[in-house]
Amino acid sequence: MCVAMPGRVISVSGGRAKVDFSGNLVDVAVGAVSAAPGDYVLVHAGCAIEVLDGDSAREIISIFEELDGGMLE
Amino acid sequence: MSLAAAAEYLSHYGGPPLRIMEVCGTHTAAIFRSGIRSLLAPGIRLVSGPGCPVCVTPSSYIDRCVEYAATPGFRLMSFGDMMKTPGSGGRAIGGARGGGRVEMMYSPMEAVERAALDPSVTYVIAAVGFETTIPAYALAIEEAAARGLGNLRLLTALKSVTPALEWLLENERGIDGFICPGHVSVITGPEAYERLATGYGKPFAVAGFEGEHILAAIYAIARLAGGGAGGAGSGRVLNLYPSAVRAGGNARALALIAKYFEPGPAVWRGLGRIEGSGYYLRKEYARFDGGGRGLDGDEALAAGCACAGVTAGRTDPGDCPMFGSPCRPESPLGPCMASAEGACGVWFQNM
Repeated sequence: MCVAMPGRVISVSGGRAKVDFSGNLVDVAVGAVSAAPGDYVLVHAGCAIEVLDGDSAREIISIFEELDGGMLE
Repeated sequence: MSLAAAAEYLSHYGGPPLRIMEVCGTHTAAIFRSGIRSLLAPGIRLVSGPGCPVCVTPSSYIDRCVEYAATPGFRLMSFGDMMKTPGSGGRAIGGARGGGRVEMMYSPMEAVERAALDPSVTYVIAAVGFETTIPAYALAIEEAAARGLGNLRLLTALKSVTPALEWLLENERGIDGFICPGHVSVITGPEAYERLATGYGKPFAVAGFEGEHILAAIYAIARLAGGGAGGAGSGRVLNLYPSAVRAGGNARALALIAKYFEPGPAVWRGLGRIEGSGYYLRKEYARFDGGGRGLDGDEALAAGCACAGVTAGRTDPGDCPMFGSPCRPESPLGPCMASAEGACGVWFQNM
């Protein structure tokens, strides 16, 4: 049930935002985050729960680097 | 370290046998989709946990939902996942016998809009969920209050994951590490698991939902719990989802939760009553409260149903005598089959 999808913020107005999910514009509540146009937000149940910092592919590469680089020591 | 090297390590793992719990139902689904189970050496076993909110909601709550749906003047708004979950006597919110005035929603905000358009009907949100979803309910109440709506209620079955993990550590033996629910952790921050990790000496890895995220978490837990991490202490929390999970969690979301809700005891189907594991509307917002407190009654699961063992990580869904026949997603006998992200539902879809 805790599925959340990343989308790009197009515009923000009064606690609501238009968020682009692969070309579909969806109205999202953004009262739980500080989001600006251009940000990627993680959206769950019509509510942005966080502003994403970086993309998944780069994150995965850096996780494996860190696992090798002392994170487990 | 590359993904391939981690996969190689896990497929040839020869250390002490490990049971690793993937707490979150969304992780269970991602694990099956990515084929990770087939890659692991026999010494590493993944077990599901109590991280499907629908699966752990007691039958008395479902019954109250059905009552609302059958009462003139009320309309129940529910996530699709809840529709098939059996209450007492097998009655479900979306079932023919439960039926009545029920609508499926994707967001609690839809209920606010519906309530604003139709003041003659009281809209009751079946507010089920963990920390991930609670901010969305808080924002719905905030919006309803700002618009002066008097016809919106929350019927709450809101839960906090960490107390349930503590319950498992106290009551179930042999769970060697936890893949922490990524989107719950977005809200709570990785610190939520710190006390359990150090107190019980177990690794907790916060993971995202790509197969690679989950593989990294299993690798880290196997290295720490399997003794392959150079003698380092295994009781710690690793954040392997830093693009979304920040130190301290989402402070705004946590403030919203604290403003509208307060902790209290809650009953988890399959586990029982756990102190401090529920969230309830504060009395300042009683005008939005559609109930939730005291809905502790939980009818015994159907004879032979293994959902209690599945929720606690003791039993694999495939070991339940009813799995697949007669218990199936279209005619679930237990809650773990009713939800698409319940462990039994996920297993069934991937058989």
